[in-house]
Amino acid sequence: MSVELSQAARGPQKVFTPAEIAALPIDHRIDGIPNQRRHRNANRPVWEESPSTWGMIGKFLILTVVVGLVAIPMWGIVVTSLSDAKTVQEAGGLVLFPKGITFASYAQLLSGGVVAQAAWVSVIVTVTGTVIATVVSALAAYGLSKPGTALHRPILFLFIITMFFSAGLIPTYLWISSLGLRNSLWALILPTCISAFNLLIMRNFFMGIDTGIIEAARIDGASEWKILFSIVMPMSKAVTAVIALFYGVGFWNAFFNAVLYIDDSSKWPLQMVLRQYVLQGQSIPGVDFTVAQGQLNSVSIKMAIMVLAVLPILIVYPFVQKHFTKGVIFGAIKG
Amino acid sequence: MTTTHHEPYAGDIPVRRMTLWQKIVRDRTFIIMTIPAVVLIIVFNYIPMIGNIGAFQDYNPYGGITGSPWVGLENFLDVLTSASFANALKNTLLITTFSLLFYFPVPIFLAVLMNSILSTKVRTVVQSVIYLPHFFSWVLVITIFQQFVGGASPLSQWMIRNGDAPLQIMTNPDTFIALVTTQAIWKDAGWGMIIFLAALSTVNPSLYEAAVVDGAGKMRRLWHITLPALRPVIVLLLILRLGDALNVGFEQMYLQRDAVGSGASDVLDTFVYFEGIQYSKWGFALAAGLMKGIVALLLVLGANKLAHRMGEAGVYQKAG
Repeated sequence: MSVELSQAARGPQKVFTPAEIAALPIDHRIDGIPNQRRHRNANRPVWEESPSTWGMIGKFLILTVVVGLVAIPMWGIVVTSLSDAKTVQEAGGLVLFPKGITFASYAQLLSGGVVAQAAWVSVIVTVTGTVIATVVSALAAYGLSKPGTALHRPILFLFIITMFFSAGLIPTYLWISSLGLRNSLWALILPTCISAFNLLIMRNFFMGIDTGIIEAARIDGASEWKILFSIVMPMSKAVTAVIALFYGVGFWNAFFNAVLYIDDSSKWPLQMVLRQYVLQGQSIPGVDFTVAQGQLNSVSIKMAIMVLAVLPILIVYPFVQKHFTKGVIFGAIKG
Repeated sequence: MTTTHHEPYAGDIPVRRMTLWQKIVRDRTFIIMTIPAVVLIIVFNYIPMIGNIGAFQDYNPYGGITGSPWVGLENFLDVLTSASFANALKNTLLITTFSLLFYFPVPIFLAVLMNSILSTKVRTVVQSVIYLPHFFSWVLVITIFQQFVGGASPLSQWMIRNGDAPLQIMTNPDTFIALVTTQAIWKDAGWGMIIFLAALSTVNPSLYEAAVVDGAGKMRRLWHITLPALRPVIVLLLILRLGDALNVGFEQMYLQRDAVGSGASDVLDTFVYFEGIQYSKWGFALAAGLMKGIVALLLVLGANKLAHRMGEAGVYQKAG
């Protein structure tokens, strides 16, 4: 919007050095002059009135509560998992103010035993599954991204149908059992490896790529494989990252397939362990409280398992989060 | 590779025509690329569909489809007259209705609120935080609830010290429906906002400007510009919700079944699971599952038809 603000509306001018101007965010630089009024309300259109005091207070309260409902439990879990027995006891179970920080719970859990084993299983399933799922989806998405190619419609249809109708729990269970996948980690990977929804998001993104570049490469003699790996994939990092996150989260959180197919507790993923020892409160074999007594509290151990069950997501999330809108909405809205 | 022949009405201009096989040869690279995904989807989505034939049998897994006796529609009649199926269906529909009334509006409200926040910094922080629980597993979400509002939570401990009874939130069958809706809101309302925010970001600011020139206040702009902009998305999501009415959080119910009992927590999916896999009533469970699948499919198709009738794009476009 190119509305000229009068000098009075801009407020008193301060002289800025070029270095200071360069350091300012781009929307605060108008014709090279940082503007103090715009600095305060950088995004407000000129015609919009300022919110009322009560409106601002109301919004502030709602947002604080909403953010607090998510942030406070997460904070409490992390801090409690890092607290020693004395602090946990004094706080009555949940520690919100860090004191007596110790990594003893994690050391105890990861020194071997059920939880370490389960974490390892989860990592293997997640990494293998995510790599296979993302590669297979990207290939199929590119293969289906040129309308008019042979068999394009029937193959696409084959995927779309799975979004509306599934075989059902019992037939799938019987079939996967008869394939001999019971107590195999492949039972956690293969059945959920392809999501038609993710595939279509990638396909939509690929279809939106400027065909000129692809045509040019084709004229230069590049094969479709070369085009996919050297041109299309590098241009699609955002959407690939988001899709990989979706698949990865799915594999990491896989719980029900483990209930169905994994009887052998040494092959349990972390979510099963979380349910067994934290939600249902069974005692954890391998965690010896008599040794740890005085140093650790069972609440800390439980909270530490909860942190482990969410840790990879917390680590990857900040890097992928900024692509959500760009990557997903683009695909979803066009689709 | 390609055949050329003369169309009588095209004069002497040769028209290139390819047979399907020639097109397949031409596009073989694209087809080869889809093969891994096609194989996976056939093996894990299509072949199991055959297993539904067992719904018409007194199915036992050792005999398989060929070795089990046929019983016609008997399993379906058993399902329809079973009291526990009626209970599961009732719970499923109740939970769907409840979430439609209390869950559905929350993301819309949050999106409108976020859209009115001008500071990009505040928006980024709030969005990052409230998207997060969407990526948690149901096990974790329920564990968090149990640790914070359950009978052994610090809150309950504090209530006991003050002479009150501990919280019964996690174990009370009467309020279970409110609990599961709250859990769903906590987990997914933030994420549900993203699609409404996207719709709002496409609104042309000159609409607001023109409205202001015409003297429209904040509320009028909300009512006449912001909400109409959300209308197509709201209709689409309502329809998706309708088509999905029979799917209510399998894991969420399964995990809390022990705490509140099957009376309150059994939904169609958990019903099928317990009848089939726990009690080995295979034919019965297969019939229940197949009925659910068919009704769910009809709901999606019907809902989509409704969308087209209302002039919206719906979930999928008509073939064209």
